[in-house]
Amino acid sequence: MRKLILGLALGAMAATGAAAQEPIKIGELNSYKNFPAFLEPYKKGWQLAVEEANAAGGVLGRKLEVISRDDNGTPGDAVRVAEELLTRENVSLLMGTFASHIGLAVSNLAAQRKVLFVAAEPLTDKIVWDNGNKYTFRLRPSTYMQTAMLVPEAAKSGKKKWAIVYPNYEYGQSATAAFKKLLAEKLPGVEFVVEQAPPLGKIEAGAVVDAIAQAKPDAIFSSLFGPDLAKFVREGNTRGLFKDKVVLNLLAGEPEYLDPLKDETPPGWIVTGYPWEQIATPEHKAFVAAYQKKWSDYPRLGSVVGYATVQSVVAALKKAGAVDTEKMVAAMKGLQLGTPIGQITYRALDHQSTMGAYVGKLALKDGKGVMVDWKFADGKDYLPPDAEVKKLRPAE
Amino acid sequence: MTVLQVEGLAKSFGGVAAVQGVSFAVEAGHLLALIGPNGAGKTTCFNMLNGQLAPDRGSVRLDGREIVGLKPRQIWRLGVGRTFQITATFGSMTVRENVQVALISHHRRTLGLWPRARDLYRAEAEALLARVGMADQAERAAAVLAYGDLKRLELAVALANTPRLLLMDEPTAGMAPRERVELMALVAGIVRVEGIAVLFTEHDMDVVFAHADRIIVLNRGELIADGVPAQVRADPRVQQVYLGGGTTFGHG
Amino acid sequence: MTLATFVIQLLNGLAGASSLFLVAAGLSLIFGVTRIVNFAHGSFFMVGIYIAYTLTESFGRGSALGFWASVLAAAVAVGALGFVVEILLLRRIYKAPELFQLLATFGLVLVIKDATLAIWGPEDLLGPRAPGLRGAVSILGRPFPEYDLVLIAIGPLVLGLLWLVLNRTRFGVLVRAATQDRDMVAALGVNQAWLFTGVFALGAALAGLGGALQVPREPAQLFLDITVISDAFVVVVVGGLGSIPGAFLAALLIGEIKALCIGLGDVSFGGFEISFSKLTLVVEFIVMAIVLVVRPWGLLGRPGGEPRHAAATEPPLRPLHGYLKLAAAGLGAALLVLPVATDGYVLVLLIDIFVFALFAVSLHFLMGPGGMVSFGHAAYFGLGAYGAALLVLRAGLPMETTIVLGPLVALAGGLLFGWFVVRLSGVYLAMLTLAFAQIVWSVAFQWDSFTGGSNGLIGLWPPAWLASKSAFYHVTLILCVVAIVALRHLVFAPFGAVLRAGRDSPLRADAIGIDVRRHQWFAFALIGGFAGLAGVLHAFSKGSISPETLAIARSVDGLVMVLLGGVQTLTGPVVGAAVLTWLQDEIARRVEFWRAILGGVIILLVIAFPQGIVGFIRGRFMREVT
Repeated sequence: MRKLILGLALGAMAATGAAAQEPIKIGELNSYKNFPAFLEPYKKGWQLAVEEANAAGGVLGRKLEVISRDDNGTPGDAVRVAEELLTRENVSLLMGTFASHIGLAVSNLAAQRKVLFVAAEPLTDKIVWDNGNKYTFRLRPSTYMQTAMLVPEAAKSGKKKWAIVYPNYEYGQSATAAFKKLLAEKLPGVEFVVEQAPPLGKIEAGAVVDAIAQAKPDAIFSSLFGPDLAKFVREGNTRGLFKDKVVLNLLAGEPEYLDPLKDETPPGWIVTGYPWEQIATPEHKAFVAAYQKKWSDYPRLGSVVGYATVQSVVAALKKAGAVDTEKMVAAMKGLQLGTPIGQITYRALDHQSTMGAYVGKLALKDGKGVMVDWKFADGKDYLPPDAEVKKLRPAE
Repeated sequence: MTVLQVEGLAKSFGGVAAVQGVSFAVEAGHLLALIGPNGAGKTTCFNMLNGQLAPDRGSVRLDGREIVGLKPRQIWRLGVGRTFQITATFGSMTVRENVQVALISHHRRTLGLWPRARDLYRAEAEALLARVGMADQAERAAAVLAYGDLKRLELAVALANTPRLLLMDEPTAGMAPRERVELMALVAGIVRVEGIAVLFTEHDMDVVFAHADRIIVLNRGELIADGVPAQVRADPRVQQVYLGGGTTFGHG
Repeated sequence: MTLATFVIQLLNGLAGASSLFLVAAGLSLIFGVTRIVNFAHGSFFMVGIYIAYTLTESFGRGSALGFWASVLAAAVAVGALGFVVEILLLRRIYKAPELFQLLATFGLVLVIKDATLAIWGPEDLLGPRAPGLRGAVSILGRPFPEYDLVLIAIGPLVLGLLWLVLNRTRFGVLVRAATQDRDMVAALGVNQAWLFTGVFALGAALAGLGGALQVPREPAQLFLDITVISDAFVVVVVGGLGSIPGAFLAALLIGEIKALCIGLGDVSFGGFEISFSKLTLVVEFIVMAIVLVVRPWGLLGRPGGEPRHAAATEPPLRPLHGYLKLAAAGLGAALLVLPVATDGYVLVLLIDIFVFALFAVSLHFLMGPGGMVSFGHAAYFGLGAYGAALLVLRAGLPMETTIVLGPLVALAGGLLFGWFVVRLSGVYLAMLTLAFAQIVWSVAFQWDSFTGGSNGLIGLWPPAWLASKSAFYHVTLILCVVAIVALRHLVFAPFGAVLRAGRDSPLRADAIGIDVRRHQWFAFALIGGFAGLAGVLHAFSKGSISPETLAIARSVDGLVMVLLGGVQTLTGPVVGAAVLTWLQDEIARRVEFWRAILGGVIILLVIAFPQGIVGFIRGRFMREVT
């Protein structure tokens, strides 16, 4: 921790020493105290990107300065913090947020205040579709996209009797709805024999596992993550639920959620995730090397997201050629850039980036969970047809 | 004139008869003392009169109207004031406000949202306090009063609805002997002037024989004597109850 | 459901109930003896599982002895933590007004959470399985974890041990005596301070044990404190305060009902699809509401088993002195002209402060003059906010009308829930308000098509004439000030006086013709309306709302504000709201471990001002002449 603060201080000193002009201020807000497991790596990611951008001479001849705030995990506080960044710190744009409802609240504010908002993490489909607005762009592949990435695997399995388990809030509900719709299209005659919706963070895993077993499904689709996932996996392993069943789980291959499982990792599960140690593209290798050098730690998916968010902002500023909201918004539309996990485009159509994810199987290696047989799923291939998206999104 | 008429009042707790078939009456302007040894059923009897306990049988009529089954607050509205053995006052209010709240309730203005309670019925409250000798303490917090003063405050509160009947449970309990005499003299003076009927229980026989117009004696839930003090004093059954146990009139 | 699955689900319920019982038993013991509503009890559970994780990782992976020794050591360590907390913190504030200790334990929650994050890091930590109990046994042809069988046995075992301690030792006799009558214990010449310390440490150790036993079942993580504390409170209250067997029964009841809801899954009744699985979101609160409505003292609690707090009665209320009135008017005028002098953010922050001040003042009206502590005040804040938002978004009404209609929605909620609530008293009453609040929350959370579900509703901006920050600031300022002044006035009005009378002495109030419950009921509803107004303003100041406006955290914030300012004062809640909101804003911006700092500041304030900030100022500078 001390190292981090020292690093920040040094970074700040370097910035003030080098830049003759006022830095470009970016307002960042996130629920650091509520979701530290995801957001500490995320913060390290964007800090690295800012450092690199400034080392390369900044943007438009000016240094970047990110002013970061904790939003206390509530939309009300997030809006206040965003107002503080806008009015007191005079930031030129906003970025960040993790939970969907907070992302939506800030996006709502961005539209009202006419300021660019790059939503880094929130997964909700609504932020670019039903509740999309001119000023909000979203980096991560959405719930829909990640679900769509798993559907071909589900269809390939040929299993017809499915059980579904999801955390009972919008993310889990959307994932479930998208999965049922998409799979039914691809695999006629598919049947969903049981649905379990435990409250987020409070799964009674033993009871849920038994309830699923009782319905005798051939396959399971889960969107659990975090502690719920760990409990479900352990109970399911003990009670033999996963034996001879195809199991799909959104997000479970992300180091944030996979690493805590350790030797409990259920082999064979098909997941979306981030096998950071195996991705051998030069961009990614360079990213990992720089990250490990700076932080003496390995990157999580959050690190990539944080890094790519700042990359996006940098690219948008360069393309816009000026620190002006309307120009930046115009630049974001159709913006293309390279991230550690590939080329992405912010679609002009719905402001969703085409960032992808890795789809693969879980396996156990030296008492740790890893992803094997993985492939990269490019986000652009997993979005609904443009006409459908247009219908979802309100006119500007 | 009969204010309170009690007939055949009975109550048992789990098969044990606490009060059995008690009947008596209280006249306006009279003080009726209800006495008896501990466990005789005085408190049970009392609580049935004021609506805190429902009797198994019997009738309680106030000015001819049946009040069995009514709640304490309804009985109060019919003109029954009461004081408690352990005083119950509003500790976070001043002495005057205690009386003002009773007056506000009496005038059915408890849902008032606009006026200030401390400005309502101020003169009446002060007059009531003056009658019990508490006028000079009107601004003090009830929580800091001496015990004797609390008893007098309770009396003022009990008088706020110009009651027909006062029920006083051990009005002088916990007071010094001189205070007891003073308080009961005060009560006696007020009720005679205003024609209020009083029923009180009391352990102190000096108080009872000095002030009661009539005395009724309970023993094991049954009424064993009813008469003027001299009659009761001479009643052999009463003497048996009080003297037989080796106790004398005094603290029973 | 077949018989086999039914039996297995029953066993699942039993296993789930075990740890919950341990935590609840500790909480119940502590409350019974010390009357402390220990908000940090979930934190003790959390620390228990973290310590047990560390120990079992080192000593408990291979050896059963090492595993069980680690679990016990974790419990003892948490007991020691409780010991230290009691001596350093709680002992100083036993004489403070009712519930004040809750504020101290709230500060503790924040400190412990950040300390845990600093020590163990942010990642979830899944511990080892228990050696020798890694697998499953077959019960009616279905696999059931061996460890869960052990857990099922541990619940009754601990219950038995507690029974022995409470009935066969001198310590137990004192504990039982203190639970019934604290003064008696003092009169017996027992060193009360050490009895309290002992009980607090024992309660903490039970929570630590409950946590440690979960190591093979769930990962150690930073949300456990909050999840566990609300479950534990529910169990304690459903069982009956101070009753250990009651806590056991309640833990079983809730554990079983949850397991059966999950087992039932989706069931259709005559065309209606009911998802019992989704019901687990709120089922414990539904159980609590039903139990409390039917049995106002919990399953095994005793009527009147909750003696009044021995704290000093508050001094008589007096209207503001002339110079204070002048000062208040001066402050109001200064706030009115403030927009000229400051940046936009000060206005944003002040809008939040005004809204929370109104929220806190309304809660205080219930807690202070009304004598009803509410743990679920957010319900009315949220009902106002949702009412207004839905009227704007679904019915197309202009914002101006919702300023009136939103509070009416909240008032209607208060009228409905209040009818049940005023039949209870003390902590039971408080927990029933919480149950209702959670039920409202779960409806907002679940009803996706109407309330926007967990995402909430967006696009709630004020009309053009209020769009500027300073215009909205002025409207908020005026509405909040008027509402706060009105509430203050109400305290002195006959209605307020009658409420205070009913709180001071229900017996006397009844004996002078006052229907205390009826007045409390009206007060509850009316206050709902005031909290609703705060909610409406909140919604339009943020442009969006989510179920968080209805959540426990919001209710707790309200309590913290009231207690921080001082329950026995009328200006306290305003000061509390301002201090908490401002502190959080300032500290969160400046330091990384802001939560711990905020908790630490709250603890310091608690120790320095055991009557609350305003209570302290009044006691110091405006001593009553009596």
